[in-house]
Amino acid sequence: MSDVPENAAEHCPGTASDSAGKASACAGCPNQTICASGAPKGPDPGVALVQERLENVKHKILVLSGKGGVGKSTVTTLLARGLAKDPNKNIGVVDLDICGPSIPRMMGVLNESVHSSNAGWSPIFVNDNLSVMSVGFMLESPDDAVIWRGPKKNGMIRQFLSEVDWGSLDFLLLDTPPGTSDEHLSAVQYLKDANLTGAVVVTTPQEVALLDVRKEIDFCRKTGIKVLGVIENMATFICPKCTKPTDMFPANSGGAEKMADELKVPFLGSLPLDPRVGRACDQGESALEDDSESPTAKVLDAVIKALLNVCGVVTVDDEKD
Amino acid sequence: MLDGVKHIILILSGKGGVGKSTVSTQLALALKDKGFKVGLLDIDLCGPSVPYLLQLENKEILQCPEGWVPVYTDAEQKLAVMSMGFILPNRNNAVVWRGPRKTAMIQQFVNNVCWGELDYLIIDTPPGTSDEHITVMENLKTVKCDGALIVTTPQAVAIEDVRKEVTFCKKTGIPILGIVENMSGFVCPHCTECTNVFASGGGKSLADTAKVPFLGSIPLDPRLGQCSQKGESCLIALKDSPASVAIQGVITKLLDGN
Repeated sequence: MSDVPENAAEHCPGTASDSAGKASACAGCPNQTICASGAPKGPDPGVALVQERLENVKHKILVLSGKGGVGKSTVTTLLARGLAKDPNKNIGVVDLDICGPSIPRMMGVLNESVHSSNAGWSPIFVNDNLSVMSVGFMLESPDDAVIWRGPKKNGMIRQFLSEVDWGSLDFLLLDTPPGTSDEHLSAVQYLKDANLTGAVVVTTPQEVALLDVRKEIDFCRKTGIKVLGVIENMATFICPKCTKPTDMFPANSGGAEKMADELKVPFLGSLPLDPRVGRACDQGESALEDDSESPTAKVLDAVIKALLNVCGVVTVDDEKD
Repeated sequence: MLDGVKHIILILSGKGGVGKSTVSTQLALALKDKGFKVGLLDIDLCGPSVPYLLQLENKEILQCPEGWVPVYTDAEQKLAVMSMGFILPNRNNAVVWRGPRKTAMIQQFVNNVCWGELDYLIIDTPPGTSDEHITVMENLKTVKCDGALIVTTPQAVAIEDVRKEVTFCKKTGIPILGIVENMSGFVCPHCTECTNVFASGGGKSLADTAKVPFLGSIPLDPRLGQCSQKGESCLIALKDSPASVAIQGVITKLLDGN
């Protein structure tokens, strides 16, 4: 049940909001008196529902950026597929980008629909140990636009976090849209008692991206999210013909590693701009299947290792050492 | 406050990182250089890129009795800019606002800025189809808006979001002036091999399917980002380059359409 009642006025700020009953949008709403009464609001029941639902999820990791188009969904997909290479690990991905859901396409499960049972919504399985949830599965046509204001998006996010029957997961990756707004605040709000492991922040090297990413790291600090590390994407392009490198998005202010250093957050690695990754994402295939020796695969392995280390996860390799 | 504005153009996408702000600033600079009086309104509250791109980062907005005075890039006041970036005390500060608060700010940006007489007002938007977009459409209902320029990159993942933006335009009654495909192919400076880094053809295909004009393809050029980040018009700084020729083509078609 969302925090915007069925009979609410348009632009309802949400019953849990500080301006509930007092915003201009509240004029004429049948609930206005109750909301404005200042009667103590109980804790949002959604928080407890999410905590209960995600009890068997060991690590919950937000994938953030602030900047659009840097590869959040791509990196989420690469990380998920990379983590799922271990058949003993169960991985889930929830796509919190309500307006522009990319995960179904990237995971190759575009035309699936969500089924629900007494246990909740069933996530869509990409393979035996990798499952995903996205609003993309609920749209009848790829042209359907989700033209929703914040409160309605928040309701969907609450449902994604409290109603999906994930079962036991080792990792739940939460892909987000760009920005520091409703989706991000709702994710943090609903996960606050659910032991959120932290956030991975994705950027490209150039200052116009870092400008937004610093704000995202500021958002993490303000909301108490641990920044597990920064991943730089689209760093260098290697020409497939002459193999010479070009910096497509030049690091005109020192790039992500320098920014991570200044903001005292871990730097997890730098992925190249590899057209094969984009092609694989468009086609819903794994970019790692073809070539485990590609620069992308090698960097990704290192990034995953660094991430597991920051999460305090001991791997089989570590145990052998 | 928009009474003196002759043409309003929204720059939309649906997808993030396709070059909306780059296209907005390059379009604004080009129109200014052609002698028009231009306004550029940046309604991306969480990630306002325009002040940085136009080298206006430490400027402040002044108040006048009628409202806010925009920041001018030049002494002749040919290009006026308004952005959340001018209101933030520090460039690293996040704007952590839910929808209703964003709505209130955008209403102010649309209704309370003293633009004066403008030939063109360009409105740069964040990705998506949410509060910012709904609010700006509602507030533009009483003024004549020429329409939207939709920016995309070629790949399917981008087109998937952009088709939703096309639906948004159709549902809200905003004319689509055309689609621009950005980051369309990269010619290696070392060997001139062209690689379709982000696939190819998606923008043209979408324009055909949606029955809207295709205004052109802009190739990937690291120098375009660099001159954009210096507040320079690529039509001057990168004259005769494929990117500059493409952008000129887009602008010509856009103005011919008007």
